[in-house]
Amino acid sequence: MFGLSIEQVLFIVKGAGWTLILAGMGFVGGAIVGLPLALARARGGRFLRLATAAYVQLMQGIPLPVLMFIVYFGISITGFDLPALVAAGLAMTAYSSAYLGEIWKGCIQAVPKTQWEAAECLALSPAQRAAYVILPQAARIAIAPTVGFLVQIVKNSSYAVVIGFFELTYSSRVVNNSTFKPFVVFSIAAVLYFAMCYPLSSLSYWLEKRMSRTGKK
Amino acid sequence: MNYEFDFSFLATFWPDLLEGVWLTLRMSVATIVFGFLLGTVLAVVRTQGPNWSRKTVTWYVDVIRNTPLVIQAFWLFFGLAAMHVRIPAMVAAVLALAINVSAYTTEIIRAGIESINKGQLEAAHCLGLSRRQVLFNVVLPQAVERMYPALISQFVLMMLATSIMSQISAEELTAVGYRIQSETFRGFEIYLVIAVVYLVLSWLLRLAMMTIGGFAFTRRRKLKTPL
Repeated sequence: MFGLSIEQVLFIVKGAGWTLILAGMGFVGGAIVGLPLALARARGGRFLRLATAAYVQLMQGIPLPVLMFIVYFGISITGFDLPALVAAGLAMTAYSSAYLGEIWKGCIQAVPKTQWEAAECLALSPAQRAAYVILPQAARIAIAPTVGFLVQIVKNSSYAVVIGFFELTYSSRVVNNSTFKPFVVFSIAAVLYFAMCYPLSSLSYWLEKRMSRTGKK
Repeated sequence: MNYEFDFSFLATFWPDLLEGVWLTLRMSVATIVFGFLLGTVLAVVRTQGPNWSRKTVTWYVDVIRNTPLVIQAFWLFFGLAAMHVRIPAMVAAVLALAINVSAYTTEIIRAGIESINKGQLEAAHCLGLSRRQVLFNVVLPQAVERMYPALISQFVLMMLATSIMSQISAEELTAVGYRIQSETFRGFEIYLVIAVVYLVLSWLLRLAMMTIGGFAFTRRRKLKTPL
């Protein structure tokens, strides 16, 4: 295909599979860390708020490739010999948790304060207030920006190439090194990334429009 | 875990790190200037150009925003090399970054242009201003001013993204870090130091851009409204 053998094209596509796996790890990990983070940012006490704000500042001020290196070398000095997938997954988790935490914090704060007060009047415990009253409403607001952020996660998983994790960017670079057809190879990679990201972008845009329409009613 | 942290490499390598900071800053400033200009032009085309050019810009923005920066940089850098066009890695890096950030800038400034009240355009038209005058004296100054905070955030993100340009052998802070790491085998420590440097750089860039904004938008300065 365009001067590449079928095996070479399949090799690139195999990288795309690992990109999806890494992006999935980044999102799941980011959600697990990001949700308590968002609650702490929105409703926590003073100390908790400060600590989580510092965490977010830190993660948003350090480039993801550098974060990848830190986790990668950090794991190696503890004496564990773990695959690059773990390092990449941990770095993606740290990165996406900071952004998801910020997004979700905004969504939690968008729920009117009277809802908290009403829930308190009904004698619900703080955990019940969050779980039964606030979060279901915040989740509805959060869907569109979260899907939009998924695009960032898929795209930024390409930074795992710096620690030699095998994903789409890595596999296409390997094929380019052996064939030296950069336009063909990286166009295929770009098309594959586009095929993963564009539906998500469109979905996020559509959800956002639908939300703002129903919100106006 | 009995690992002993060793930051002694800083004594030998601090001039290298300083040079890396300088290269990263130079790359960022060049990208901000070119990316902002290209993005503004594209935003104007996107909102006021003929139908076909609007579609082209929309397509350009969609393609750039839905593919990773690394792939764009590889495409450009290795592609030019395959065509036997030899340009320094630094130039290729700035080119790739500027193209990338221009797509985001286009969307931001487009939102600014579209947010301008229609009455202002009608008023400008009534005053007999030409289309060009309306654009440069009425629409763009307000669009940029209104969107300036979003632009700052985008440019800070872009500054952080320059770190990936070490992959196309452009010399900057992360590339310097990698070189030091390969000489000292102190990977963890060196990247901790570099992370702190990036953190400080991102704050400084934000501060610098806010200061520039304070001078550029005189109306805000007079009214003392924060950016």
